[in-house]
Amino acid sequence: MTSFRTLFFQGKPDAGLSRARRAGKKSNPEMAHERFKFIRIFFVLGIVGLLVLLTGIIITLGPLNISVIDSYSALLARFWPGHFSVDALISRVVWNIRFPRILGGIMAGFGLGICGCVMQAVLKNPLASPFTLGITAGAQFGISVAAVIGFSILGGPYFIIGNAFACALLCSLFIIGLAAIKGASSENLVLAGIAVNYFFTAMSQLLKYFASDEQLRLMTNWGMGDLAAFSWTNSQLLLVIFIICIPLLMTKCWDLNIMTAGDETAKSIGVNAERTRIFIMVVSSLLVATIVCFMGTIAFVGLVAPHMARMVIGGDHRFLIPASGVLGALVLMSADAVGMNLIAPTIIPTGIMTSIVGVPFFMYLMMKGKRKEFWT
Amino acid sequence: MMIKLQAKKIIFGYTSHPILDNVDFEIAPSKLVTIVGPNGSGKSTLIKCMDRIVSPQGGSILIDRKDVTNMGRMDMARYLSYVPQSSVRIFPTNVFDTILMGRRPHIGWLGSDKDEKKVWDVLRLLDIESLAMRNFSELSGGQQQKVLIARALVQEAEVMLLDEPTSNLDIWHQLDVMNIIRDVVKKKEITAIMALHDLNLASYYSDRIIMMKKGKIVAAGDPHSVITEENIASVYRVEAAVRSLSDRPMIMPLRQIREAKA
Repeated sequence: MTSFRTLFFQGKPDAGLSRARRAGKKSNPEMAHERFKFIRIFFVLGIVGLLVLLTGIIITLGPLNISVIDSYSALLARFWPGHFSVDALISRVVWNIRFPRILGGIMAGFGLGICGCVMQAVLKNPLASPFTLGITAGAQFGISVAAVIGFSILGGPYFIIGNAFACALLCSLFIIGLAAIKGASSENLVLAGIAVNYFFTAMSQLLKYFASDEQLRLMTNWGMGDLAAFSWTNSQLLLVIFIICIPLLMTKCWDLNIMTAGDETAKSIGVNAERTRIFIMVVSSLLVATIVCFMGTIAFVGLVAPHMARMVIGGDHRFLIPASGVLGALVLMSADAVGMNLIAPTIIPTGIMTSIVGVPFFMYLMMKGKRKEFWT
Repeated sequence: MMIKLQAKKIIFGYTSHPILDNVDFEIAPSKLVTIVGPNGSGKSTLIKCMDRIVSPQGGSILIDRKDVTNMGRMDMARYLSYVPQSSVRIFPTNVFDTILMGRRPHIGWLGSDKDEKKVWDVLRLLDIESLAMRNFSELSGGQQQKVLIARALVQEAEVMLLDEPTSNLDIWHQLDVMNIIRDVVKKKEITAIMALHDLNLASYYSDRIIMMKKGKIVAAGDPHSVITEENIASVYRVEAAVRSLSDRPMIMPLRQIREAKA
């Protein structure tokens, strides 16, 4: 049929095209687009499935022997008690020891992936990551203040973490405010971010210079990027922030698509570029500050997860945001699992492992990419 | 005369150095209007002020007698669309998604098949359906310009602003883009207002030409009344020959006019 049409309407491809359209058939580009949309949804669902699968497998890793079936049963039994038969010890180990850490990894990776994705979009910069806006420098400064001066806004177990959170957030709000005065263009934000970053780093180093050995150890313990701090209480706190922030970011998915086309275009299509940029920055700073104060810097995930997602499903943020999040979670939890079990019982910090495992993988994707652009 | 768009006393710049100095004009519906003038005359700034990409210090824009100056951006985007001179893409976006952006003022949170159908309709109208899944940054300059026009078209605004749409194109593509704009002005009954450098293109395609110099309109009207040897001499400081060709004035620049030493 196709060959007949091309034969018959040779030189007049439009006639064949419109005839096909009248017959309710879709043109080739339309078919390609349908295929693309299918792949996009399939990919997102696929990586979510992979996440669930990997959770079950990683739970089995450790000194106590637990099968994959056991681990799923132990989790599901918590939600639908009575339907699954689980050994009490296994249930306790899974629920209280192994799962919280995995959940922490998933949430942290998810949050960092998403924040990296939206920050790259609003800063129009493929090098942007959740840490472009001085979050780490701020958090590090907060910790130095707590360790050396002994001042903290929160007491007890949150002596260090509270300061890290507050200073990280303050630092990025300071940057956003600074840029907003001059007009919140992406260039202004990046510039202010780098400058303020240096300032807070210098302040931490100044404090470090006067610190005692014990204080130094306190300072360096934080910042390696470790999931050990994740308990059920902390996870709940993180979950609340997630439930607030992520829907807020998702409501802007169309505007984010448009923002990548530049401020002029965004304004002409009806998007207030500067206001959207500030909104995204504030929300994601809050999210990242919460993650970072618990686990330190794992910068690599937030930089790379969005690029990985973009390679497969393109630039539509309706899909790119969730995909970046899930990929971030996958990278972080796999890296953490390797770090936990590689030379057990010694645990290699998550941040170190993420880069060691993740960078070669990303290099591989980068080299394999067909397109000429630098990120594929 | 029916009035589609009215610009009232548009002011932009500083008092000592005005870029736009009380610009007033009126435009009839379904017309192709070009704004011409030498570099720095304010024609691009005027286009950007009309769409509030830069905010004018004073004045107002009325479309169908409705003041769009104080509307929210999203509302204004339903009245005015804008085609930038070029568009940089930092991240890869395919042509379809690039055009779909233009549906933003009409779109719900998830978007619908209706919006996608409108994109396909415009892709077919401009005969670029086969580019739909290509990456925007891989396209040639002419193709990119068509995609940007398509994006403005799916916005379904009755007034389209264009900032030098032919500036980076060879003559074949210049004609191609101008023909498209002329066709959509007729078929979709929209009003196109564009800043343009090329006086002959302006003369050949425009229903009306506005000529600017130093932030002021010095001449406005049909091509014959604006593209004259006197206007070219006083506005561009160029001595030119203007001849009528297929009932349009065509200019041939001859030499620069150096100011006489005082």
